[in-house]
Amino acid sequence: MRKILLSSIILLVGITFIGRLSYLQIFSFSPNQILEDPAIKKVYDYPERGYIYDRNGELLVANQPAYDVMVIPREVKPLDTLAFCNLLGIDKERFVSQLKKARVYSPRLPSVLVPQLSKEDYGRLQEKMRRFEGFYIQKRSLRYYDTNSGANVLGYISEVNEWDLERNPSYAAGELKGTTGIEKEYESILRGRKGVKHIQKDRFNRDIGPYKDGTLDTLPEQGKQITVTIDKLLQEYGEKLMTGKHGGVVAIEPATGEILALISGPTYDPALLVGRERSKNYSKLHYDTISKPTFDRSILASQSPGSPFKTLNALVALQEGAITPETTIHCYNGFYVGKRKRGCHCGGGSRNLNSGIYLSCNAYFAGTFRKIYDQFPTSAEAMDVWEKHMKSFGLGTFLGYDLPTGRPGRIPNKEYYNRIYGEKRWSSSTIISNSIGQGEVEVTPIQLANMTAAIANRGHYFTPHVLKKIGGENISIPEFTKAKHTTIDKKHFEPVAHGMAEVYKKGTASRLQIEGIEIAGKTGTVENFTRIDGVRTQLTDNSVFVAFAPVDNPKIAIAVYIENGYFGSRFAGHIASLMIEKYLKGEITRVDLEKRMLEKTLEEEYAKPYSGQPFKINERVW
Amino acid sequence: MSVSGKSVLKRLDWFSVLIYISLVFIGWINIYSSTFTEDNPSIFNFASLHGKQLFFIGTSAVAIIIILALEANFYERFSSLFYIISLALLLGLFVFGKTIAGATSWYDLGFFNLQPSEFAKVATALALAKYLSDIQTDIKRQKDQMVSILIILIPAFLIIPQPDPGSALVFFALIFVIFREGLPLYYLSIGVMVILIFILTLMFGTIWVAIILGLLLALFLLLKKPSFKVPVIPVTLIYVAVVLFSLSVNFVYNSVFEQRHRDRFGLWLRLEKDPKKLEEIRKTIGYNTYQSEKAIESGGKYGKGFLEGTRTKGDFVPEQHTDYIFSTVGEEWGFIGTATVVILFTLMLLRLVHLAERQKNAFSRMYGYGVISILFIHYFINIGMVIGVLPTIGIPLPFFSYGGSGLLFFTALLFIFLKLDANRLNELT
Repeated sequence: MRKILLSSIILLVGITFIGRLSYLQIFSFSPNQILEDPAIKKVYDYPERGYIYDRNGELLVANQPAYDVMVIPREVKPLDTLAFCNLLGIDKERFVSQLKKARVYSPRLPSVLVPQLSKEDYGRLQEKMRRFEGFYIQKRSLRYYDTNSGANVLGYISEVNEWDLERNPSYAAGELKGTTGIEKEYESILRGRKGVKHIQKDRFNRDIGPYKDGTLDTLPEQGKQITVTIDKLLQEYGEKLMTGKHGGVVAIEPATGEILALISGPTYDPALLVGRERSKNYSKLHYDTISKPTFDRSILASQSPGSPFKTLNALVALQEGAITPETTIHCYNGFYVGKRKRGCHCGGGSRNLNSGIYLSCNAYFAGTFRKIYDQFPTSAEAMDVWEKHMKSFGLGTFLGYDLPTGRPGRIPNKEYYNRIYGEKRWSSSTIISNSIGQGEVEVTPIQLANMTAAIANRGHYFTPHVLKKIGGENISIPEFTKAKHTTIDKKHFEPVAHGMAEVYKKGTASRLQIEGIEIAGKTGTVENFTRIDGVRTQLTDNSVFVAFAPVDNPKIAIAVYIENGYFGSRFAGHIASLMIEKYLKGEITRVDLEKRMLEKTLEEEYAKPYSGQPFKINERVW
Repeated sequence: MSVSGKSVLKRLDWFSVLIYISLVFIGWINIYSSTFTEDNPSIFNFASLHGKQLFFIGTSAVAIIIILALEANFYERFSSLFYIISLALLLGLFVFGKTIAGATSWYDLGFFNLQPSEFAKVATALALAKYLSDIQTDIKRQKDQMVSILIILIPAFLIIPQPDPGSALVFFALIFVIFREGLPLYYLSIGVMVILIFILTLMFGTIWVAIILGLLLALFLLLKKPSFKVPVIPVTLIYVAVVLFSLSVNFVYNSVFEQRHRDRFGLWLRLEKDPKKLEEIRKTIGYNTYQSEKAIESGGKYGKGFLEGTRTKGDFVPEQHTDYIFSTVGEEWGFIGTATVVILFTLMLLRLVHLAERQKNAFSRMYGYGVISILFIHYFINIGMVIGVLPTIGIPLPFFSYGGSGLLFFTALLFIFLKLDANRLNELT
């Protein structure tokens, strides 16, 4: 027994060792250990981010150099702190605390002392920098905006966060990525691919040469430039008109679905989110909870569409044979729902499709809506048909445009009303408000514009989008180039379009005609409510306008939604009219109109609910 | 010379020699890799460590020739003298020793630093074999047991204050030799028990050790044959002794051990339960082991290739060419490499056991066991430490680690035995 004991121990130890080694080298081994290897430093070579141009080739976004003052704490020699701080334009406390922070992070590695100096500051600093040992200046690239508008569409870039790092291994801490808008949507195109050099290090973090003679290294791949469908001039002009107004303006080229302008008011200068003041500016914008400049109303504000929605109800009624263009309905300065009378501003009298549209007669469309429902044995069946038609205009769904945020809006369906009223406990009368675009239906400005484009095209639309070219090449994404047909026959569009044209000729927007351009439009004046201290309070009506022009072969379809702007023909109508003229003519002939729009703001109106006092609504502003 | 050189070569155990050559060769390749720099690639540059090691290999080759050429009974005859010389050298260190890295373990011979503790290993193995094989010695006698243990302990206690507890520990492995020759089993059992209780106390505390031991006793009393009479008083005494020892463990651990020892044990036994803190300790106090484990792990199945070990190049593993040389094997040659080395050591040790057992001469057999014990303890503790299954104890890997004295005396240790083995047939005549 004593003879074999030693041999057994030797064998046992051998087996234990091999077991442990196989655990370490076979089971714990991770194949991408080159990423974790402390002996290999990865040095990235960042390609320049792609530029962004507008539809006419005008530069929107480019890059600018910025300069970070870096410090390696271990190499800092005693210095004239005061002189240095003056040079950098920071106070001494900040300098001391930043230096301490850097030392805690690592005495040996560089840390940012002062981030993102401007070119001017850099020029001043550059020559004097040598006097201060342990400090140096590192160049990096920031976005440069050749416009002060379009912040909501273009989006901004910011440093990647932990979540990005976990989800996407191609990002490294401290890198920038598109966070909103086009910058986010087309991140992979704009970004390009960073090059990487592997450097062999020793345990003191000193470089001791390339790893594997650089065979694993890659070259950076340039980011591609992008051309967007936005018209820079139109976008800038629209934002100027929107000064002091809350709301969204969306202009679309009906023939292609290209978004010409996507305006959210109020907005901000995109350059605010670049450079040293970035976080300060961002907090300011982010915490402005009244005007919410970072909230893109053009695609996120889901509200009642108001009267423009009447055109769709008319189309559904025509399609379902509930009315013909000649069908007349009498308006008693309003209409009755049961015993309750609902008002109408059209002046009363007998209305047909044409006058119903251009005078925006509530009674006519309430009647039309009832007629649709009378076509079907049950309200639920009628609702299904109605819902199908409405959804074919891109309402009630995310449209599928190429921006990273959105709202589906709401087209109510039978389940929705069954939930509220109970099965078979509701009828066309219950939901009659939807006939005039109030009630439960909700749309976003971009949906309104898209719906208008579908009417302009007499029955089809192209998914709205902002991408036009990548690297100078026209895109061919079937999602954007294939027409989406509505469920309404083409022939029914002409009388509706005709009625919309009359809106300008003798209807609610007759004063907004542009000489030489035949426009079709529809006003909307939308009742809206808010809660003030828990009490439902009515606010001044939202001013809504949709239009397309020219009536035949339309070049632009536009939706304007101005919160608390009162009549549709006022703010929204004016802005739509000016935008169309600007886009089609390139200049404004009605200077007085333009002047009024540039000067009038609604700030007072927006301050009312926050005043704490009782206030009047729907006052005449001019 | 009673045996011609030719017949020595013929009777030499070439299997062991072959493994020896393989280990020295693989070791040198890895020393070359771990000390390699781009600007100093030459093999024969004696300013570089791998160049020096090559010189030591040459010296060892000369030593082998001399050892094989000398008469076999030379070693037995002069073993006492060697032992006394080695003790004298160890004592002399207190006066003339050269301090390297905090340990006064070397004589400065100008071109070469001699580490007498390496020599003492050979001498003690010889002296122990000589004493035990003496016709007058009876290992069943307590006095002889004590003397033989003393032969081991004296050099160990001379080495401890250098301080070099790692090398001192090696001498305790020679207990195996005495054990093989008939030292009663309870010595070993007590040793194992002491180690076990020590570890268990650290991990679970005295109270749990007492409770578990009590439960085991109760279980034994329940299951025992009714006819078996329990010696109540001795069992109680042993139980009390164990509990007292367990109590003393805490005292020794907290008051006698230094912080670095506590850290090593704490890390080894995972006494820190918070995984975050444990990771922190691994990266600071357990830095060496952490880095060597990571280096080995990063080698994977097939390794990164010769001179391609990034962590080796970056010098991430401290003392990589000496005590941690095995991590280079792990990183550059992968599991294939490490398994090969473990198998080579295992084969060599088993072969030596076989050789020792076939000796007719008691001295040769006992010396053989001495060689095996010393080689085994080095191999066991070194690789165990490098792959993180044993606490950090700094002793080199035989034939592998960089170091002249080490290589020379490990070679001498092995080849004296191979010479004795080659000569075994002459013993009969």
